Amino acid sequence: MSSVPSPIRIARAERSRAAVLAEKALEALIRLSGVSAILFVAAIFFFVLKEAAPVLFSEGFSLGQFLFSTEWYPTSANNVRYGTFALTVGTLSVTALAMLIAVPFGLGAAIYLSEFCKPRLRETLKVVIELLSAIPSVVWGFVGLTVMSKLIVNATGAPVGVNVLNGGIILALMSVPVIVSIGEDALKAVPDSFREAGVALGATRWQLVYRVLLPAARNGLLAAVLLGVGRAVGETMAVLMATGHAVHIPGSLLDSVRTLTANIAAELGEAPSGSDHYRVLFLTGTLLFLITLVVNLTADFVVRGIRRK
Amino acid sequence: MSAEPHAIETRGLSLWYGSFQALFDVSTDIRSGIITSLIGPSGCGKTTLLRCFNRVNERYGNVRTAGEIRILGESIYDPDVSLIELRKAVGMVFQRPNPLPISVYENVVFGLRVHTPRTDLKRSVLDEAVEKALTEVGLWKDLKDRLKTKATGLLLEQQQKLCLARLLPLKPEVILMDEPASALDVGGTRAIEELMFELAGKYTIVIVTHNMAQARRASDECIFMLMGKVVEHARTEDLFLNPQNPKTAEYIEGRYA
Repeated sequence: MSSVPSPIRIARAERSRAAVLAEKALEALIRLSGVSAILFVAAIFFFVLKEAAPVLFSEGFSLGQFLFSTEWYPTSANNVRYGTFALTVGTLSVTALAMLIAVPFGLGAAIYLSEFCKPRLRETLKVVIELLSAIPSVVWGFVGLTVMSKLIVNATGAPVGVNVLNGGIILALMSVPVIVSIGEDALKAVPDSFREAGVALGATRWQLVYRVLLPAARNGLLAAVLLGVGRAVGETMAVLMATGHAVHIPGSLLDSVRTLTANIAAELGEAPSGSDHYRVLFLTGTLLFLITLVVNLTADFVVRGIRRK
Repeated sequence: MSAEPHAIETRGLSLWYGSFQALFDVSTDIRSGIITSLIGPSGCGKTTLLRCFNRVNERYGNVRTAGEIRILGESIYDPDVSLIELRKAVGMVFQRPNPLPISVYENVVFGLRVHTPRTDLKRSVLDEAVEKALTEVGLWKDLKDRLKTKATGLLLEQQQKLCLARLLPLKPEVILMDEPASALDVGGTRAIEELMFELAGKYTIVIVTHNMAQARRASDECIFMLMGKVVEHARTEDLFLNPQNPKTAEYIEGRYA
């Protein structure tokens, strides 16, 4: 070759106006989708609060009574009382029981799937677990109302089978698939070099799990549990059918309760639009929103605390 | 140190990954208390052979072996062999430093925790083991005030030394090293090699390396492998100065890599 090599070009390549504009537009679109999540959450919160707000200033309503009184008589003719404390306790008790059952089962299943299971069985199990999460909540409620309630009456001799125990078990069954699939992802994300290090040091499979994998996957497993909690706190139809719907602070697992969510679902249709009752139900929605917010924020702080260590 | 002249003996060792044969009839003796290096081009089976010695390659499931490996006189493929005990006696350092995502202290005592009943693990025993192991690898001065920090945040060189240190409380007979310096810079490489010299004698060290200069500097004996077979096994000086096999000569002259 005799030609002189051309000097390298580092100037910006010329591009058509359309290409430049298209790129700008795409960038804007992606940014919009990123921000939209915040937008939607803010909009929903604003709407719910807007419907609820007037009651805060109405006569005969006190925030203290709303939060801490157990008396819920929204349709009383001469003495209306809006106390949601029993409902809050109902939600918390059912959720707590559900987590007590679902966390060990869910994390155990996640560990089994990710570390102990043969590949073929794993694929089958994962499909089945996904099917479990595809069952509509009203079907779970139906199971609670008919099957589970009879079992509970037969086993414990309780007068009614729809109670905290029933709701807790149903919610646990509903949360387990969430915990399993997120938990398994978290364990799968642990680099294989950690497993190799543990194995080469002579750890047994179980020692590998609790000395290496659990510390390494801690954040992901915590996220799995919290998503399970979120599922349980927010669930409506199944608990409406399985808990007995009695406004009452439970003294035992066999007492019926009513949850915040079930209360809204059952009463919103009957409350005249714009009435105090209607607005208090929206306020209950705000309360639910705040509960889940607190759960998520706590989790966030816990995770950050762990990371800093 | 054990009385056996050979820490590791293999007889007719062949290994298959599924239908692919990676080792062919390997019979070799690795002497106790010295550094032996495994060299050869990529894919020659040197890492596979190394991973046979603590049977860690069986994690992949589709591995089949034939032949025999004796470590300190005991056949490690016998059905009554405990993999846990084997891996206690035969420690391993990997190519990428892989300290566990727990504290420096817990990394060093990991082996003790795994192999000793909880009631025998007094705080003082553990503290002593940590100081001794970290001193032996030259990390104690740097890390003695940072024992509670996470090991994955250390410098790579420190991580690799820590990976070596965590083997020591178990008093292994053999230490396997799979290209232990390939992720490190010049200083780190030198530090690891110096460490190997200090540990040789107390432990039998087998090191896989891509780096012929490293094999030459840092090992007493050298095994050259090609296509899953041992071509030559000799004192390092002899192998590099006076190779017996023409293929060895070609490799060390850099005709293929």
